[in-house]
Amino acid sequence: MNIVVCVKYVPDATADRQFESDNTVDRVGVDGLLSELDEYGVEQSLQIKEKAGDDTTVTALCVGPEKALDAVRKALQMGADKGVHVIDDAIAGSDAAATSLVLAKAIEKIGAETPVDLVVGGLASTDAGMSVVPAMLAERLGLPQVTLASVVEFQGDQVRIKRDGDTATEVIGGTMPLVLSVTDQSGEARYPSFKGIMAAKKKPLETWSLSDLGVEADQVGLAAAWTEVVDTAARPPRTAGEIVKDEDGSGATALAEFLASKKFI
Amino acid sequence: MSEVLVVVDHVDGAVKKPTYELLTIAKRLGEPSAVYIGPADKASEVTDKVKKYGAEKVYVVDDAQLKGYLVAPKAEALAQLVEKASPAAILIPSSAEGKEIGGRLSIKLQSGLITDAVDVQPGDGGAPVTTQSVFAGNFTVQAKVTQGTPIITVKPNSAAPEESEGAGAVEEFTPTISDTAKTAQIVAAQPRQATGRPELTEAAIVVSGGRGTGGNFEPIEALADALGAAVGASRAAVDSGWMPHTFQVGQTGKTVSPQLYVANGISGAIQHRAGMQTSKTIVAVNKDEEAPMFELVDFGVVGDLHTVLPAATEEINKRKG
Ligand SMILES: Cc1cc2nc3c(=O)[nH]c(=O)nc-3n(C[C@H](O)[C@H](O)[C@H](O)COP(=O)(O)OP(=O)(O)OC[C@H]3O[C@@H](n4cnc5c(N)ncnc54)[C@H](O)[C@@H]3O)c2cc1C
Ligand SMILES: Cc1cc2nc3c(=O)[nH]c(=O)nc-3n(C[C@H](O)[C@H](O)[C@H](O)COP(=O)(O)OP(=O)(O)OC[C@H]3O[C@@H](n4cnc5c(N)ncnc54)[C@H](O)[C@@H]3O)c2cc1C
Repeated sequence: MNIVVCVKYVPDATADRQFESDNTVDRVGVDGLLSELDEYGVEQSLQIKEKAGDDTTVTALCVGPEKALDAVRKALQMGADKGVHVIDDAIAGSDAAATSLVLAKAIEKIGAETPVDLVVGGLASTDAGMSVVPAMLAERLGLPQVTLASVVEFQGDQVRIKRDGDTATEVIGGTMPLVLSVTDQSGEARYPSFKGIMAAKKKPLETWSLSDLGVEADQVGLAAAWTEVVDTAARPPRTAGEIVKDEDGSGATALAEFLASKKFI
Repeated sequence: MSEVLVVVDHVDGAVKKPTYELLTIAKRLGEPSAVYIGPADKASEVTDKVKKYGAEKVYVVDDAQLKGYLVAPKAEALAQLVEKASPAAILIPSSAEGKEIGGRLSIKLQSGLITDAVDVQPGDGGAPVTTQSVFAGNFTVQAKVTQGTPIITVKPNSAAPEESEGAGAVEEFTPTISDTAKTAQIVAAQPRQATGRPELTEAAIVVSGGRGTGGNFEPIEALADALGAAVGASRAAVDSGWMPHTFQVGQTGKTVSPQLYVANGISGAIQHRAGMQTSKTIVAVNKDEEAPMFELVDFGVVGDLHTVLPAATEEINKRKG
């Protein structure tokens, strides 16, 4: 089986995330890492490989700046077999549509010799968190979309997932090749072992630019984006509220008093 | 004035509140047209409801041939409707499905997509300007679509629904659904059990519990009921198996923006804050006065939730009389 897992490099959510003067995300000044939610995609890909057998290849694919290589490396350390890093100055500032274009072209190239059976994505990135790229990939690649899985099962080329939908819990089925995305409910992601970290150093890692993918520079990037950020502003800090210590039930009365004063009662 | 399409948020024809919010926003931008994709026999009921909030037109798409499949057929139907109606924008509820529909529609129509808008206003003669709350609510971003038909997914509670009678002219629309759109099948579906409380994302008040509940959500639920609120939970509470995942508030759960959010026994991790930071009023009960949640609050009680909440609930019920 040929599996491609899409992993995004994101600024650390616990760091002080910032915007640049052109309203794009500062992806250099802030420490970054493999989006934590994409670890679940790597994990499920590896579990599928373990069940499907050794002729399965898991390729970790990342579109991002120089440091984004760290995200690919982490996936390799966890156990992915190959890495592909798409990097090109022209990609900077791409919106979701352009990002999905680059990813789709890279997936096609990965599948040039052995067709790709499974494209795996995460629930959402931890920076923009749109939760749309897997659906866009399915649309671009003309593949079934079996997304937001909390449980993944497969047999032969049949995939079944459990999806905690908006109004119902659903079982979704599809036939490979397809696009799968998994949530953080799908099961803990493994930590890279020492052996895994050592092995990762020898794994094949390719770096592609737009020209390798046959994508023109003017199809992507900030200038080609279909959306434009016109302004970014730090949210004013919330003004410090009143904090009381509960002593002999005084906290409850004060709480009820506050809620009443705000007309919530 | 051009049409603005509003995708009706409903369960089996029961219209949900975000629909009215979207119609209210659509009215600022042009002429609201509701798009109802659902069982045809509920169409007149839906029409009656949406025209009260300004729908001039109601496109009815019978979902008989769409409903057994995930997302793709709906996106196809909407793409065909957009080609026919040439709307000024299309507004979709920002649910998981709504966003995925938006994603596919964006590629089909070669049009820009903005997700999770918390406000949409008319732009100067051009595309609508959206407001998003990003990076765990620490930044506010204004954006617009620069290519194609703006596709905007809008979060619940982004506008106060305003009643205004529209013509509600019904137009049936029958899309052609391709075979490739029918490849992800919904094999089984179990509707979520009604809790008898307001829906988490739509509620005006949310009362949440975290690890500090120790697994006992009774005080949380009792306070929620006294306030007519929805119940939420932190991931720690969900991961412990105390509450189902559908109750989770935060980055990997629901984002809520109610009038009042009451966090009990929740420390206030960034991923939790991401889901509730934009709430209008925030209250916390936590026994640790150093808990980061207290940085956000309008009012906080340092104390044990197991004593504070039942006493407060009693007091509230007494005041309600
Ligand atoms: C605050 C903010 C707001 C934004 N708002 C918009 C907007 O409204 N409209 C718009 O078009 N763009 C927007 N963008 C840009 C958009 O986030 C990026 O183009 C991004 O590449 C795609 O969206 P996402 O990160 O939300 O991905 P999601 O759709 O949340 O990602 C889901 C999955 O797709 C895969 N994936 C996503 N990106 C990559 C990648 N680069 N490499 C490998 N795999 C990947 C991963 O598996 C990931 O788990 C915004 C960016 C920021 C920072
Ligand atoms: C990728 C990722 C995504 C995540 N997504 C989410 C998400 O969507 N939602 C989410 O909530 N978390 C999320 N988390 C987890 C988050 O980081 C925290 O671990 C989680 O929010 C902690 O939950 P908590 O506050 O209930 O527990 P804790 O952090 O353990 O806090 C418990 C609090 O209860 C207080 N307490 C204890 N006993 C009492 C008592 N008797 N009375 C009053 N107070 C008491 C303690 O003082 C403490 O402050 C995510 C993490 C990651 C890495």
